[in-house]
Parts: sequence; C-alpha cells; structure tokens
Amino acid sequence: MDEHTKYDKLIKIIKTYLPEDVSVNDIELNSHFINDLNINSANLVDIVLDVEDEFDIMLENEDMEKMQTVEDAIQIINTKLA
Amino acid sequence: MGSRVVVTGLGVCAPNGVGLKSFYRSMQMGVSGIRHFAELEELNFGCQVAGAPQISQEQLRSHFTSLEQRGLKATGIIYGVMAGLDAWKDAALPLAAEDDPDWHSGIVFGSGTLGVDKFNEAMNLVDEGNVRRLGSTTVIQTMASGVSAYLGGKIGCGNQVTTNSSACTTGTESLLMGFDRIKNGQAERMLVGSCSDSGPYVWGGFDAMRILPRNFNDRPESASRPMSASAQGFVPGSGAGALVLESLDSAKARGANIYAEVLGGNINSGGQRGGGTMTAPNSESVQRCILSALENSKVQASEVDIVNGHLTATSKDALEIENWSRALKRKGGDFPRINSFKGHFGHCLSAAGSIELVACILQLKEQMVFGNLNCEDLHPEIVKIISSDCVPHKSMNTDFQVLAKASFGFGDVNACAIFRTC
Repeated sequence: MDEHTKYDKLIKIIKTYLPEDVSVNDIELNSHFINDLNINSANLVDIVLDVEDEFDIMLENEDMEKMQTVEDAIQIINTKLA
Repeated sequence: MGSRVVVTGLGVCAPNGVGLKSFYRSMQMGVSGIRHFAELEELNFGCQVAGAPQISQEQLRSHFTSLEQRGLKATGIIYGVMAGLDAWKDAALPLAAEDDPDWHSGIVFGSGTLGVDKFNEAMNLVDEGNVRRLGSTTVIQTMASGVSAYLGGKIGCGNQVTTNSSACTTGTESLLMGFDRIKNGQAERMLVGSCSDSGPYVWGGFDAMRILPRNFNDRPESASRPMSASAQGFVPGSGAGALVLESLDSAKARGANIYAEVLGGNINSGGQRGGGTMTAPNSESVQRCILSALENSKVQASEVDIVNGHLTATSKDALEIENWSRALKRKGGDFPRINSFKGHFGHCLSAAGSIELVACILQLKEQMVFGNLNCEDLHPEIVKIISSDCVPHKSMNTDFQVLAKASFGFGDVNACAIFRTC
C-alpha cells in the first residue's frame, strides 16, 4: 500500500468525526486531532477502531496514547504494517 | 396557585404513524400498527405480533447526524429523539445558540430499559474478552437517561434534564413531573415524554410470563383487543411520544399555538398491599389516584367528558372500568365516553403513556373522540358497569371540555392527569 493510499484512507476515517465547523480541507499532516480538528476526545476511541478495521492491524494502549496528530497515526500504521 | 400550564407542541413516533400528521390520520381512521414479526417467529415466541414504528432512512437522517447514526442501535433513543425534536419544532421553539443554553427549558423524558440491542452487542464483545472494541457510544446508548441526554444536547436545554422510569406509568408520570416544575415556577418550558425500545429482548420477558396473546399470529390487526370479551393479553409495542409543556404566560407572550391546558394530576402507589402486587393494581389506590387528580385539578367527576384508560387487553380491563366508575361515581349511560388506544398500537410499555397522551391532546384540540378497535364484543363484566354507548367504535366529532387520562404500571404504580380544552 503506497503512502498516498494510506493517507487517503485515514482522511476518509477522520472525516466522519469532524465537527460541522471543520472542513476536510483543514486536515493537514501535523493537525492535532483534538486541538486543531476539534474532534471529541471520546471519538478518538472510534477512530482507533476504524483504523484497526481498515488496515487490519491492532493498536496497543501506548499506541493510542501516542496518536495525537494525523502524522502520528500514519507512523503507527506504518509500524504495524511493517 | 402557581403558573397555569399548557401544551404547545406534540411529537410522536408510533407503530401506526411516525410524525404527527400520519399518526393523527391513523387514529382518526382506526389504522392498526400491529404487524407480524418474522424474527419473533424464528425465535419461537408464542406471541409473534407486535408494534414498532417504521422509520425511513430519510427520517433518521433528518434527526441524527451521520456521525450519530454510526453504531446507533438504541431504538428507544431513535424514537425518543425523533418525537422530542418534532415536538420542539411543532411548538415553534428554537434550538439554543452555540454558547447560550436555554436556562428556562428542561426535559423529563422517561424510558424503561434503554438500548438493549446496543447492550447485547457490548455484552457479546465483553464476553469474548474484547472490551476494547466497544467504541465510544456504548455508555450513552445504554444509560437510562441516554434519551434525555441526546435531546438536551440537541435542543440546548439549561434547566433540569432527566429521565424518569416507572414501568408503564412512565409517560404520564413524565408529564406530571414537567407540569409540577412549571407550576412551581422552576421552568418556563418542559419537554416531557417517554420512549420504549423495540425487539425480542424487550418483549421476551412478557412472552415468558404468558400474558401476551398467542392465537392471533395470522391476524395481527385483531390481536390487541382492549375491553373485548375475546381479549387474550396485551400486544407489546414500542415507540415514543413527546409534549412541550409551557407556562401560559410564556405561551401567550410568544403567540404559541395552544393545544390544551394541563389542569393537574396525581401519582401514587398501592404499596403492593390490599390486592395490589408487583403486577396487579390495588384498586383503592387507583381510585384514590383518580380522585386526587380531579381534586387538585379543581374538576368535578361530573365534568369529565372523556376517559382515556390504561386498558391493556388483559383480564384486568373490567376491574379498571370498575375503578373508574367507583372513583367518578358514574355508571351505565352516565359514564363518560371511554377509549383505549392500545387496540391501535398495542401496549408500548414505558412509551405507552406518552404516545397515548399525544393522541388525547389531539382529541382535545380537534374536538374528536377516537374510536376503539377490536371491542365489538365488549366484555360482559364491562357491560354490567357501563353502557355500551360509552365505548365508541368509530371516531366522531364531539364538543367536549375535560379529558382524564390514566396509566398504571408494574410495581403497583398509578398516574392520572386531567386536561381541558383552551
């Protein structure tokens, strides 16, 4: 899976959880899920589950804690897929 | 004395009609919402007929965001939020602005069990050792107050937001709790109502108690037979009803459409004494409940024009009629007109009171009494107490003023509310 596909898949997941006042175009690699994208912290749990389903991987508790930005998520996915 | 309280908004999600217009038409025309459920047959239920609102994807989309729809399995929340938001809209009330809750509006929205299908999903995951996969909405979909919590956030209520629970009395109790709060000057507007989940996990326990009819699986629309000699038990239902209660001052100030006035009511219990049990009513407490409802509404028994009973289609229907008759001291042809709407949509359990209240308020507003279904063969014990003329079979227009509504529930609990046209 190339980087581009991975990124697109991740954006598609994140998009579902964006509040009304944040557009999908606002998502950048260094966007912080809670501080920049205003995603409800409870929904981070759902993003993790969606990432697990989409990439067929399993995230540990420490992975979830490290996953603060879009870039963090990409890195964790890369590590798991490696 | 306190504030006078009026009804300014209605919303409903019933087995025979989702939305006020469709529901009113069904009540007026005597359309049944009872259907055969293949799922119940596959699961070996004795009673395979039931009532559940039929919600379209479009209706779901107009009440829930796409995010909220993800993993949304609590049918009670779906019905309750739809009915509640519709009632708010019907009252022409706004949703609160982003940083400004409406401090004078609150919610009492009851439930019985909530989110059982979500609970089932969660239990299976927990049993598999997979608790980490539950997702973020298991709690909010299965907490009893989930329905009032969803509604409170969508509307932006800053007054009391709570859920009551008293079995089949729940809906009528929620109305009286909201009424008290406005009357006491603690709120200007209260969204009241109740919901009940649908499906085998909710209905199964009643089937096991053998209090549901088993001989109507091929004739669903004939299954629910309140006051009938051939009644064989109640047909389980589900859904939600919602009413916006408002102080008369607030309603007048904003030029609201007023459906009817809530005059008062009472809630009590028979203490599971004196013939009352977990599942049967203490007749004295039922009569006391009706009498004190009239007393604190300052209405004479002779003024009651229409009674909407609890009347579930079990062997207790005749006893309920007797209790009304004794409390009102009226019998034969002097008894008010009486109806039960459970013939139309079954016994919607914790949602029964509120869905039936919506229909009652429509009767008051439209000056119409809705006909009873499936009681052409009135129970002989009932005919001994009241004239068969008191039990209309077809809807008809009629000038009337005062309506009394009662609900009774497991645990020997009772609620009675009195309304007048405006």
